[in-house]
Amino acid sequence: MHQTYDAALGINLLHANQAGAEHNRAHLDAWGITCLNIMSSPGAGKTALLERTLAALTADFRIAVIEGDMTTELDADRLRQYGVPVIAINTGRSCHLDSRMVSGGLHRLEHEYNPAEFDLLLVENVGNLVCPAEFEVGEHAKVALLSVTEGEDKPLKYPIMFQEADCLLITKMDLAPYLDVDLERIIANVRQMNTTVKIIPVSAKTGEGLEVWLDWVRSVTKPTGVPA
Amino acid sequence: MHETDMTKALILTLRDWWEAEDRPVIARIHLIVGKFTCVEPASLQFAFDVQTQGTFLETAELVIEETPLIAFCHTCQQEYAPAIGIQYACPACRSPMDDIRSGRELKIERIECTVP
Repeated sequence: MHQTYDAALGINLLHANQAGAEHNRAHLDAWGITCLNIMSSPGAGKTALLERTLAALTADFRIAVIEGDMTTELDADRLRQYGVPVIAINTGRSCHLDSRMVSGGLHRLEHEYNPAEFDLLLVENVGNLVCPAEFEVGEHAKVALLSVTEGEDKPLKYPIMFQEADCLLITKMDLAPYLDVDLERIIANVRQMNTTVKIIPVSAKTGEGLEVWLDWVRSVTKPTGVPA
Repeated sequence: MHETDMTKALILTLRDWWEAEDRPVIARIHLIVGKFTCVEPASLQFAFDVQTQGTFLETAELVIEETPLIAFCHTCQQEYAPAIGIQYACPACRSPMDDIRSGRELKIERIECTVP
C-alpha cells in the first residue's frame, strides 16, 4: 500500500537559480564589487557600449568583464584590447546567462586575480530580449539596451525586460534622423510599466549621451581604493 | 526555446527538494505560471516531458495553472487587466502599471508524492 502526501512548497520555479544569484551577490559584496547585468536583443550595441565604457572608466575604476556568448569569443576579444580581464562564458545552446555560469566566471576571477581589487563587474548577457530578464545572476542593477532601429513597440512586446530594468539605454541615436522613429513614444511605452528606470539616449558612435551613462555608472559604483 | 532552460532550472530546484526529502516518488507537480512572465506553459510542458526522461521525474506529471495579469491603479483605486503587448497603463486614467497584483508568478505550488 502506498502512502500519499502533499507537500506545499510555494517556492519559485527558479529557486535554484535565485539562490545561486544571492550567493554570487554575497561574494561580490564581500569583494566590494558592483555588478551590472547588461541585456538587450542581439545587435543592439552592448559590446560597442562596453568598449566606450571601458575606454572612459578604466582610469577611475578597476573593471572586470564577464562576457556571455553562445559560441564564440569575438566579443571578448574586442574587449580585451582595453586591458581589463574578460572572462568569456560560452553558453552553448543556452540563450542567457544563469547564476551558475556566472558563479563559474567569478571563481575564475578569484583564481586568476585578486577580486578585492576590483570595483566594477560588467556582465554582458547573451543577446536576447526575453529570458535574461527572468534569470538573475547576482547583479546589483539591470541595464537594458534598445536600439532605435528595433521599433517603438518593443517595450510593449517584451515587457518583462523593460519592467525589470534599472537603467535603459536607447542606443544608435546617430541613426534616428534616418528612421521614422519616435523617441518620445519609446519612452512613453517604457513608462507605462516602469516609472523609475533611468532612460538615457546614447550613441556609441558619436558619443551622444555617453557622459550621462558614465555618470550613472559612477553613481552606482563605489571605488574600493587604488590597488597596491 | 528558452523553456528548455526554464525546465532545467525547475528540475534543479526540484532535485534539491527531492534529495532533502529522502527521495520520495513524485506523482504530480503543481506549478503556477503568471501570464506576465517569460514562460509559455505549452512549451514548458513539452520541455519537461522530454528532459525528465530517465530521471527521478520520469513518472511525474506536470500540472500548470496560469494566472492572469492583474494590476491595481492607485489613482482609480481599482484593479484592471492590462492588455499584454498592447497597453499596460490604466485604461481609465492612463496611470502607469506600477502595482502588479497577479501575473508575475513562477511558482512550484505543491508536490504530490507517494511513499512506497
